Amino acid sequence: MNIHEYQAKQLLKQHGVAVPPGEPCKTVAEAQAAAEKIFAAGHTLAVIKSQIHAGGRGKGTFTHGFKGGVKLAKSVEETVSFAENMLGKTLVTVQTGPEGRVVQTILVAAAEKILKEFYLAVLLDRANSRPLIMASTEGGVDIEEVAAHTPEKIIKEWVDPAVGIQPFQARKIASGLGLKGDAFNGAVKLIMGVYKTWWESDASMVEINPLAVVETPSGKEAIICVDAKIGLDDNALYRHPDILAMRDLAEESPLEIEASKYALNYIKLDGSIACLVNGAGLAMSTMDIIQHFGGLPANFLDVGGGASKDQVSAAFKIILSDPNVKAIFVNIFGGIMDCNVIATGIVEAVRETGLKLPLVVRLEGNNVAAGKATLDASGLTIISGDTMADAAKKVVAAVAA
Amino acid sequence: MSILVTPQTRLLVQGITGAFGARHAQLSIDYGTQVVAGVTPGKGGQIFEHRGVKVPIFDTVAEAVRETKATASAVFVPPPFAADAILEGIDAHLDLVVAITEGIPVIDMIKVKRAMQGSTTRLIGPNCPGIVTPGEGKDSHGGCRIGIAPGYIHKRGHIGVVSRSGTLTYEAVFQLTSRGVGQSTCVGIGGDPVNGTSHLDVIQMFMADPDTHGIIMIGEIGGSAEEEAAEWIKAHGTKPVAGFIAGATAPPGRRMGHAGAIVSGGKGTAQAKFDAFRAAGIGVSATPSEMADTLLKMM
Repeated sequence: MNIHEYQAKQLLKQHGVAVPPGEPCKTVAEAQAAAEKIFAAGHTLAVIKSQIHAGGRGKGTFTHGFKGGVKLAKSVEETVSFAENMLGKTLVTVQTGPEGRVVQTILVAAAEKILKEFYLAVLLDRANSRPLIMASTEGGVDIEEVAAHTPEKIIKEWVDPAVGIQPFQARKIASGLGLKGDAFNGAVKLIMGVYKTWWESDASMVEINPLAVVETPSGKEAIICVDAKIGLDDNALYRHPDILAMRDLAEESPLEIEASKYALNYIKLDGSIACLVNGAGLAMSTMDIIQHFGGLPANFLDVGGGASKDQVSAAFKIILSDPNVKAIFVNIFGGIMDCNVIATGIVEAVRETGLKLPLVVRLEGNNVAAGKATLDASGLTIISGDTMADAAKKVVAAVAA
Repeated sequence: MSILVTPQTRLLVQGITGAFGARHAQLSIDYGTQVVAGVTPGKGGQIFEHRGVKVPIFDTVAEAVRETKATASAVFVPPPFAADAILEGIDAHLDLVVAITEGIPVIDMIKVKRAMQGSTTRLIGPNCPGIVTPGEGKDSHGGCRIGIAPGYIHKRGHIGVVSRSGTLTYEAVFQLTSRGVGQSTCVGIGGDPVNGTSHLDVIQMFMADPDTHGIIMIGEIGGSAEEEAAEWIKAHGTKPVAGFIAGATAPPGRRMGHAGAIVSGGKGTAQAKFDAFRAAGIGVSATPSEMADTLLKMM
């Protein structure tokens, strides 16, 4: 699960991490009040940030022509004008696709004078199953570029999960970033807090980009998280009701939300051949084999190891809600599950939905003969595939025809 | 021979009284596997009975091991309690713990992995279909089946199969058996980002097993375990290996069903893994339909 920047900053703040003073606002009046507070505290600039789950907000454009999903305001009046142009409007960025996302919330925060930008992240290092803290002096830029071209500029520190992060590790990182004095001490506290946020929230990633040394209104140096991104481990949400409450359904595909109600694992893609498969690995390879034979998959759909008739029926309805779908490929390897149960589910779903599109079924495994007989006896036009490859070729041909 | 388990392996099932654990304990008994104990806290003293086989249930793994000499365990415990169940098996010095459970929080597994350092127990999984060493009987009856794989699709033979995906393992096994080619052992290592046993670990065991003559390695997007195995095969491989990687068409940044199947930050792509396979002389199956044929052509 992903959360908004303002929610990420709330979590960080709870763990003692310094973030710029600011508030999430859902109305222009709230934005005005937030801006009044910021300017009254002596800040000379406020930043107004559209809260959507996609990157590239600053360079994005709203569909009504307003440019920039992140703006700097010099006054309360300017803040109000930006808020009016963002709230309820659709923002298109490189990551949203042409349809864009409606901005429901903006973050209005103090924009401190940035002296130097850094990068900081905590994630799992899959190679050794340990938490990894990554930091770099190259902040505010694409870290993948830094990793590819100047890997020596990335500092890595692994944490022993048995003892947790130690202050010396944070000091090593702060020193590696070239920090001194107040900024050094601030960074040590901040790095410890960012790590604790990752660990205690069951995050998959916490990324602070940029982390910045700023000059506060009082003329002092401080280190704060200017931007923050947090991804959560879905499997651990059961023990974090507070974080689960941050889920924003408006940021998720309606079809994916519908699928999750039936414990179906569905991801919408752009192609024309829908797939219905049991098992994640087989579902991925079904997409791959469609592409191998010249088609394009419309979705990833794993109905799981013990799919019921209800699930098969729900799965059909979901894949048929996608207007791009021109054919359906059902690929089931029923190891334990009874192929005849699946076949019965398919026949019922086809009847219920009044399916008109070509349907190719590849069924293999337990009680497969009875399953195939059920499909044959249904009187429905179902194209049968003997192997995955045979079925994939047939479904690609059906779309091309 | 085989790797990890033999038809003589004495198996205990953690979570034997749950619907999922019970169903698969029954199927393992049907397959001829020696299910010698069950563990469900609070139900110690009860008996799990299936087709005349009486399996005693214990409150703790330690007690089950002491009373029944079980050496391997299958974990069917729900996700919030699974890490604890795995650690209990390690504490009881089992040789092998196979964690079937899907949905264990990553941080729980980070802790388990750390706690296992220096332990002699091998963990397979979690989020895996388990292990099968096929038997000599009809439909490979009499083998050791730990987990949820369909036993009957196997056949006793000399090909090792290792995979992160359950259904793709079955697909490969079915392709082999349909061509009259049997398997030494089939190992599902699981689809999570933190797992007990890697592709490389299993490949090394297969290379050292005189009864395994060829290997099918099935990977998927995410992480770099396939690349590491390929690197080792390039330097030390002595047997033909064919492979497939699932997820070439997966959109970056999305988790494809398995918690570990994700391309993040441009890392873990199918392309990089296929390239590593080719560089190591591993036969690349262009589609999942040709996994067995690709290997058999090399042998």
